[in-house]
Amino acid sequence: MIEAYVHKKLHTANGEMLLDIQLRIEKGQFVTLYGSSGAGKTSTLRILAGLLSADKGKIVLNGNTWLDTDNKIDITPQKRRIGYVFQDYALFPNMTVRKNLEYALEKGQDKNIIKELVDIVELEDLQDRNPETLSGGQKQRVALARALVRTPEVLLLDEPLSALDQKMRSKLQDYILKLHKQYNLTTILVSHDVGEIVKMSDKIYCLEDGIISREGNPITIFTNDRLSGKFQFAGEVIAIVQEEVIYIVTVLVGNNVVKVIAQESEIENLAIGDKVIVASKAFNPVLVKVEE
Amino acid sequence: MAWGPIILTAKLALVTTIILLVISVPLAYWLAYSKSRIKPVVETLVSMPLVLPPTVLGFYLLIAFSPGNALGSWLQDWLGIRLIFSFSGLVLGSVIYSLPFMVNPIQSGLASLPTSLTEASYILGKSKIKTLFSVLLPNIKPSLLTGIVLAFAHTVGEFGVVLMIGGNIPEKTKVVSIAIYDEVEALNYDNANTYSLILFITTFLVLLSVYLINGGHLKRFWK
Repeated sequence: MIEAYVHKKLHTANGEMLLDIQLRIEKGQFVTLYGSSGAGKTSTLRILAGLLSADKGKIVLNGNTWLDTDNKIDITPQKRRIGYVFQDYALFPNMTVRKNLEYALEKGQDKNIIKELVDIVELEDLQDRNPETLSGGQKQRVALARALVRTPEVLLLDEPLSALDQKMRSKLQDYILKLHKQYNLTTILVSHDVGEIVKMSDKIYCLEDGIISREGNPITIFTNDRLSGKFQFAGEVIAIVQEEVIYIVTVLVGNNVVKVIAQESEIENLAIGDKVIVASKAFNPVLVKVEE
Repeated sequence: MAWGPIILTAKLALVTTIILLVISVPLAYWLAYSKSRIKPVVETLVSMPLVLPPTVLGFYLLIAFSPGNALGSWLQDWLGIRLIFSFSGLVLGSVIYSLPFMVNPIQSGLASLPTSLTEASYILGKSKIKTLFSVLLPNIKPSLLTGIVLAFAHTVGEFGVVLMIGGNIPEKTKVVSIAIYDEVEALNYDNANTYSLILFITTFLVLLSVYLINGGHLKRFWK
């Protein structure tokens, strides 16, 4: 479990901002820090990693104190043993994919972990390539694998998918979830993509101007508790068409286009481009086994 | 024409470049990443030789290390080192004089690398030293090469500092640039021409190789 309290004065483009955050994350949880840019998401992640110092704070992971400004404890990033994926991937240009992964090995560590990770994120054919020759999605997979070579308990992801197209995003989300489960990780993701958050996280912290404005289950947060559906998908409105007395709202959910019938009262606040949740509860779903 | 000055020049430039490389990497690293208040002062001192007449530097070194002064006599009495009119003095003068040519390229090379590379290495559990040698330096090879070549070439071409601190002692401090001056004074234009031509061609080839390599024209040989 991670318990963290951080307090820091940040100098941002919009002037000074006070970051004041309290987090409580259970082991194995997938948590998202959500908020507009400049809200302090990345700074929070960097303080957790030890890359940025806090003016005041305390971070405890499973009983190990990483940071305690009152007692002058501040463990270096080297000793925190975390996985971190940077926005720009930060692959070492002077090393091949394979060497990037091997660089992360600790002294005397079993090399099999590399083979295992290479298999999971499907990098077999790319091992001898230089990072500069890889596509964004491929770099991302290398960065993910490299972050996990030391078998950390905590994985921090700083908007790792923001530079990728929708198809690649969804594929990488699956890789991340797979790794999260396989290695029993506690994962903290920085993201402002509602669909991504609903798909992946157990818990969300909404950051606004350096403080947590809301926290809880993503669906609850994004729908303000109005919904208790059994099937829920996040998507984006791409069209609203009037048909006689009702409206047809076309919603893009991942790569699927879904049409939803809506009343006039429901579309009053909707505009094209809005993020919505498509949910359903009053029906009995049918399960059909997929033949492989 | 004697080969002495040419060998001496090559030796001086080589020794100077090696010493410069050893001291410039940590110095450039500090300058690239430090937020210390004295950083502007250090940067100024490092860059001074770019604009200062070499004779000024040579003059002060001569004064400081002359056995008539406290520092000079201390060095001579306690360490047995005499820095004026000696090869070691030339090396010291050249190191100071060529310092910016080595430090500046390395410093700007380091500063141009994304900080996430360093941070990624730290998060992977690697020390600052390991990060410097395995991640940072290998990714600024062109800057290192530029620094090495410029420092070497600049040392080959120096005159004022050498003359002030080293004088003109054959086999000890008489480098090519001074030999040329000497030959011209003695009206031996042929010898002066030979020396000059050797310097001209060497510097041309050395600098050309830098531009070829750093421009990517020889990339397949430098990886």
